[in-house]
Amino acid sequence: MSKGVLTLKPKGITADGKGWLVGIAIGFVWLSPLFWMDATTFIVLTAAGLAMGMIFFMVASGLTLIFGLMDVLNMAHGAFFAWGAYVGFSLLGMFEWLGWVETGTFLQCMTTVLVILAVAFLVGALIGAILERIIIRQVYGDHLRQILITMGASFVMVELIKIFWGLNDEVVAVPLAFRGSFDIMDVVVNRFRILAIVLGIIVFGVIQMVLKRTKLGIIVRAGVENREIVETTGYNINRIFTGVFCAGVGLAAMAGVMMAMFKQEVHPAMGDDSFFFALMVVIIGGMGSVGGSFLGSLMLGLAFNYVAFLLPKAALGVNILVMAATLLIRPTGLFGHEE
Amino acid sequence: MNEIILTLKDVHAHIGQHHILQGISLQVKSGGVTVLLGRNGAGKSTTLRAIMGLATVASGRICLGDDAIAGYKPYHIARMGVGFVAEDRAILYKLTVAENFRLSMLMETDATWQRMETIFLLFPDLKRFWNVKAGLLSGGQKQMLAIGRVLVNDHRILLIDEPSKGLAPILVTQLGESLIRIREKTTIVLVEQNFRLARQVGSDCFILDDGRVVHEDRMASLAQDRGRMKKYLGIG
Repeated sequence: MSKGVLTLKPKGITADGKGWLVGIAIGFVWLSPLFWMDATTFIVLTAAGLAMGMIFFMVASGLTLIFGLMDVLNMAHGAFFAWGAYVGFSLLGMFEWLGWVETGTFLQCMTTVLVILAVAFLVGALIGAILERIIIRQVYGDHLRQILITMGASFVMVELIKIFWGLNDEVVAVPLAFRGSFDIMDVVVNRFRILAIVLGIIVFGVIQMVLKRTKLGIIVRAGVENREIVETTGYNINRIFTGVFCAGVGLAAMAGVMMAMFKQEVHPAMGDDSFFFALMVVIIGGMGSVGGSFLGSLMLGLAFNYVAFLLPKAALGVNILVMAATLLIRPTGLFGHEE
Repeated sequence: MNEIILTLKDVHAHIGQHHILQGISLQVKSGGVTVLLGRNGAGKSTTLRAIMGLATVASGRICLGDDAIAGYKPYHIARMGVGFVAEDRAILYKLTVAENFRLSMLMETDATWQRMETIFLLFPDLKRFWNVKAGLLSGGQKQMLAIGRVLVNDHRILLIDEPSKGLAPILVTQLGESLIRIREKTTIVLVEQNFRLARQVGSDCFILDDGRVVHEDRMASLAQDRGRMKKYLGIG
């Protein structure tokens, strides 16, 4: 991270035992929209923001693995997201043929969503394996070439979407059980958003568990720090990194499915926006920190929804604002460490 | 007992444009410590890296027992029973001591945990700092971890690159005692600049100069040979 004026600030605001002050400040900022809206609206927007944040997290978690951990700048991440969305769109069509989308029971709808997420993950991972083998492996450690070549891959993948599925926007049907809302004492919470929140938490838990508690996680973290030691210990680090890359883009594809159902539409360039969101999340959270990405996504999701309600035109800018504010206070991101 | 476990025959290797190994030939007998000596840049570390598959062997043969291993990948060579302790504290600083060990364990059997007990006897500090991040250990403890983590597997041969580098003299003495206990169980190839340590633990030695072996001797008789030591090592 940049040196200079910023390094004059103490590292980490909680260092001098004033963590509670930070807590109050965060609480104040979080609750500040209440000045301009009533509590019910606030809760509705919060639920929406959390759901959006969880979808951001799923895109960003893949990027955290690939960019944060493996230090590969994969500009095709958004294209994987779009691929996942389109695979989801096609599969929804097939499940509709079974009658599990427009008229399904809760169980059928749940199965539909889970199967689609799994297939999207696999398709993403498969394309990822090919991409990593052929392209990425040649450019490890070279950011400029990574950007250029994955940008090219991204164009190819988006054009392929246009060939397979056409140029137009398509409407995505949400399975019946996840349409509509729960109405709890006038607070209207969209059902799909609850699904998104639950799934996001599960994805977060699984990634953390694998990285922190399993031998595979140890090997991955070790390989990021020093490939040579891991290799001379007896592990095929190339194969492991291929696996991490596949998992990362698979997560992007899963997030694509969720976003397609969240926005109820797909279009070929849909990956671009979410890629930049994900990039911001990873930077806010701190490179390579899954926990940081999780918090960062929630911050962006919430801020976006509050501001979109109060000042619709400022909604896109608020992300940049959150990012800038975070980096001013912590130049390495929320949970980032200085090298 | 004294069969040949490792053979290098006319090995050439390059780093970038530099022709570092210019036909190394040597044989390592099983049991004991074979020391590679020589000035800086003589090719000692590169020899170890070539054995390990980290430096590309341009020509020549490297045999582990009867298997020709030149051209194999490092992880493959490691799985064939070659342990490698690289220069400069080859440990993972961001992992805890426990995680460093778990990473090293290629198999987790009862035998692994028995070896673990031996390692704790050898380096008690590692047990004390079991859950501490390796980056926070002292220099000596880091080197103990670097060597200890390699001992958890059942090796045919251990390659150790300059373990004394940057250690205080008292720690070097301790290190020597540890190496003497380790050599009872496995064959060691040691690259070492510290002649006292080399003499303390070594049984055989090869002197390298400009990428070739220029002298081969028993460690004890080299230590008496002041002329050679001055000529090749600049000591005495």
